[in-house]
Amino acid sequence: MSIVEYIKSIYNGVKSLCIGLSVTGKYFISPKEIVTNPYPENRAKLKMFEGYKGEVVMPHDENNQHLCTGCGICQMNCPNGSIEVLVSKIENAEGKTERVLDKHIYHLDMCTFCGLCVKTCPSKAIVWGETFEHAVFDRRKLVKQLNKPGSSLKKEKK
Amino acid sequence: MAFNIYDFSTLTQSIDQGLNKVMSPGLATFTEFVIVGVAFLAFYALAGLFLVYAERKVCALIQIRRGPNRVGPFGIMQTLADGIKLFLKELIPINKADQFLFRIAPYIVTICAFMTLAAIPFSKGLHAIDFNIGVFYLIAISSLSVIGVLLAGWASNSKYPLIGAMRSGAQIVSYELSVGFSMLTIVVFSGTMQISGIVESQADGWWIFKGHIPAIISFIIYLIAATAEINRGPFDLAEAESELTAGFHTEYSGIRFAFFYLAEYVNMFIVSAIAATLFLGGWMPFHIGHWAAFNHIMDFIPPLIWFFGKTGFLIFVIMWFKWTFPRLRIDQLLTLEWKYLLPINLVNIVVVAFLVLMGWHF
Repeated sequence: MSIVEYIKSIYNGVKSLCIGLSVTGKYFISPKEIVTNPYPENRAKLKMFEGYKGEVVMPHDENNQHLCTGCGICQMNCPNGSIEVLVSKIENAEGKTERVLDKHIYHLDMCTFCGLCVKTCPSKAIVWGETFEHAVFDRRKLVKQLNKPGSSLKKEKK
Repeated sequence: MAFNIYDFSTLTQSIDQGLNKVMSPGLATFTEFVIVGVAFLAFYALAGLFLVYAERKVCALIQIRRGPNRVGPFGIMQTLADGIKLFLKELIPINKADQFLFRIAPYIVTICAFMTLAAIPFSKGLHAIDFNIGVFYLIAISSLSVIGVLLAGWASNSKYPLIGAMRSGAQIVSYELSVGFSMLTIVVFSGTMQISGIVESQADGWWIFKGHIPAIISFIIYLIAATAEINRGPFDLAEAESELTAGFHTEYSGIRFAFFYLAEYVNMFIVSAIAATLFLGGWMPFHIGHWAAFNHIMDFIPPLIWFFGKTGFLIFVIMWFKWTFPRLRIDQLLTLEWKYLLPINLVNIVVVAFLVLMGWHF
């Protein structure tokens, strides 16, 4: 290494270190850039990001209707049996038997939040909810029925 | 001089005379030892607690986080809570460890930190021991703590601590040279090894201003080498978390771990205090040449504030280094010392000697 290269390497080294120091120094003197939110204080205006996996929910519209046909694909795809789809077969006006969702039971205590049920649902009846405060004192409270009582299937208009 | 009002030597002398009146000279000296020891013990614990908190806050701000903010206002009681937790924790016995060396290692590290603290002038007259070879003493003692690190690594009977300790040994043996040489430049400038004499020689301007570029170069080299000597990032190879779990103190738990942890932070205070004393004038106020009015106003700020202000700034710079630069590899570490810092330092000290010989410094 020649003496010129040696001095050049010192200069370049010091320069790059100063660039690094200026970046962190800038963050140090600008506390407004802090990304951490103080959690319990900001509960009121807390907004989770898109695609956040809080829990599986089934959206209902204003007529208390959901999109679940009771096909059971979510139950089949669930790797650890967190979903039970209970259906009953009733005869409709045209005289054909039809599957109707009775109870969509979701075991939150077993769920690993893999998302296979949401991904495979053919009618997009279940989606990810944003609530994440699931702590309860009784594990039985973690077994949830996703379809609201008295709800029915929203039929697409033909 | 105006800073007589802040002179602590009248206070210490009156305590000395008072003690000598009521008891025999031997007992009085012993009582003084105890007072100084308790004062340093309290300072040691408080400085450690505060520095751990400061480090966590600085690190958090640099990484755009908030840092401790739950225990007490702005989390100031966090380190106290951590300390209580460490006191109450179980000391896990290590199978086939060398029990005697394993237990003595944290104390060696702590004692070294104490011995160095004794030679630091906090203010005029607030100086436990003022050796006429003060700088020499500091160089000697500050490199002793590697024995504690090596013992901890060896006695743990585990592979990670041993690798960490060996790295630490190589590192401190190399960087001691740079620390020593950069301190020697100031000894050449001021013509004395006595710490109080070095501080007095900066009454009309700090060495970093009076000593032109060579003093700045040796100041930068001192900061780099001192960061390496106290095993802090980017030179924290001895405890590299991602490679060696916790390096030499992997097997330590509870209060023994706390001793190492506290010593690390107090050592950071010590190297910053030495840098402040040698290069930035210690407790001397900031004076500019012949601006009598300006100098007079500066004299009214107590020397303790000057000392802790300068030390605090340098501690912040060392923390800033740690949270900015990535850790060096062992070969890069040794290259930096032997191929860059040491040759530059040797040339620098010759230049300084020439400057002093020609009387070109202020």
